Amino acid sequence: MADVKLSGVHKYYGNVHAVRGVDLTIADGEFAVLVGPSGCGKSTLLRTIAGLEDPDGGTITIGGAVVNDLRPRERNIAMVFQNYALYPYLPVSENVAFGLRARKTPEIEIRKRVSEAAEMLGIGNLLQRYPRQLSGGQRQRVAIGRAIVRKADLFLFDEPLSNLDAQLRDEMRTEIKRLHHEITTTMIYVTHDQVEAMTLADRIVLLRDGQIEQQGAPLELFEQPRTGFVAGFLGSPSINLIPATLRTNGPGAAVVFQSGGELTLPSAKTRPLASMDGREILVGIRPQHFSRAGGPLREGVVPYSATADLIQPTGTRTFTTIKIGGVVAVAELQAHDVSSHGERIDLAIDLNRVVLIDPASGLVIA
Amino acid sequence: MRIGRLPARKARILAVRYVGAGIVTLLFLFPVYWLFMISFKTPDEIYHVPPLWIPGQIQFSNYYVLFKDGDVLAILNSLIVAGVSSGVAIVLGTLCAYSLARFGTGGENLAMWIISQRMIPPIAVVFPIFLIYVYFGLVDGYFGLILLYTAFNLPYVIWMMRGYIVDVPLELEESALVDGLNRWEVIWKVVFPMVRPGLMATSVFTFVFAWNDFLFALVLTRTEVITFPVMLTHYFGGQSNFWAKIAAMSVLGTLPIFVAVSVMQRYLVRGISLGAVKG
Repeated sequence: MADVKLSGVHKYYGNVHAVRGVDLTIADGEFAVLVGPSGCGKSTLLRTIAGLEDPDGGTITIGGAVVNDLRPRERNIAMVFQNYALYPYLPVSENVAFGLRARKTPEIEIRKRVSEAAEMLGIGNLLQRYPRQLSGGQRQRVAIGRAIVRKADLFLFDEPLSNLDAQLRDEMRTEIKRLHHEITTTMIYVTHDQVEAMTLADRIVLLRDGQIEQQGAPLELFEQPRTGFVAGFLGSPSINLIPATLRTNGPGAAVVFQSGGELTLPSAKTRPLASMDGREILVGIRPQHFSRAGGPLREGVVPYSATADLIQPTGTRTFTTIKIGGVVAVAELQAHDVSSHGERIDLAIDLNRVVLIDPASGLVIA
Repeated sequence: MRIGRLPARKARILAVRYVGAGIVTLLFLFPVYWLFMISFKTPDEIYHVPPLWIPGQIQFSNYYVLFKDGDVLAILNSLIVAGVSSGVAIVLGTLCAYSLARFGTGGENLAMWIISQRMIPPIAVVFPIFLIYVYFGLVDGYFGLILLYTAFNLPYVIWMMRGYIVDVPLELEESALVDGLNRWEVIWKVVFPMVRPGLMATSVFTFVFAWNDFLFALVLTRTEVITFPVMLTHYFGGQSNFWAKIAAMSVLGTLPIFVAVSVMQRYLVRGISLGAVKG
């Protein structure tokens, strides 16, 4: 068990500044997910924590001890790799026992821990097989088993599910979450998949261009993004960004779309906007904040009439594209809210949860 | 698939192919067959006209003479020189290859420079080497030949092993490093098992190179450490050739290679094709 502290960590690859002064504290027992688009430095950061890369600046502390100059094997960490990294010439039992043998653990203890891990992960019947005889999901279980037998201070996961098909990925995600509940070791998990990040994390650390864009609890990032990038990265389908002009009128404010039409903002949103009359902004509306209008509207919910274009039912929900402010937006509705292309639908938009972004700085202004 | 069920045209094509392959195989195998037969013949049978395809009786006197006169020591010499030099070349070469593959030692061009050493015609360097060996007293000893064969095999080993090592997924090594191994243990416990087919194939080729070398052995040995190919030349005389001895010695000299290739065949095929396809 250990907490992890990074302060001012930098990493260069030649001229590429992959990690730019990252400060990050992960509490003991926390499940932190590093997420971001490819090339954002998340894997590099993880590998630097593992000791597989040397940082070019800053300090890394695990469990209170600075580990910058320690080799990977001296950091007492366990790591699960994207391609499983199983040794093809060893049977599953020896793959799981590999780290224990490397550390000269007594044979009795090895057997005990291997069978415990095998039971926990449901791979007891596979122990005599070779990796080539296993499916992708089974391989990943073995790889996780190899990590948990070590009883390391810190678990690192480098995109462990990205080679699995969608259904298996869901299964393994649940499995990993359950595992964390059972063994409560500090875990750092790298993924580019925002669904994995949202569902697994105690805390999401969203990286962009080698820097932390925002960190916090999953719903905090989702509901209160600090930048347009965060708003756009989290959520599926992603947030609709509609260019508009801000109009303030005393305490009230509205957004005026360039193609005509305007939406009056609820008073809760207008406070920071007083001096911003005439500013060009991006109005961020999540697909989930559209609904079929019916009955009286709550405060901050405005009616909007649109024509359904492409309709994508998923079973539980139906996505439809509509035009708003001259751009194509996606609205997420109830399964039977819309049925045919070209259908005229009366929608309600919940503006209490709208995000207003300054396009120049990318910052969320309200 | 049963031939009887093939359409006539396909069956004909298949038959022609088999006959063609059979003829080529016979052509290639005939000298080997002839060599074995001569080694079992009496002098009369060897010079018999028309040639005798099969000796009257299998007799081993040609081999007996080689053992009695101590000529077979040449085979032992070859075994020692080829065995030790390829062993040393494999160990050193694999370590060098690891360094090139994983640490990028020498940048992009060092590997090419190393293999280019192998392109020098041996005849161009054999006399300078002879003079150096005379100066250092290395002529006609095991050490001199082993040193030379090691030096000549190293570029090949490094080049081949570098290719095999590059193909080992880096994650396997990184996982082992995190799990508690140091770099030497990673090479021993992860890299070696992963490249074993390549290692075996490369070992066979280095052994064969040293085993078959004639030029260096001829120039750098006199009487003490005569290797098998040099020994063979002693049977070609100005007046007459000792065909019985030549044949028996050739068979003895072919056997170790035959055994090595047979034992390693499984690895050879995989080793040679390893790295051809990723995945």
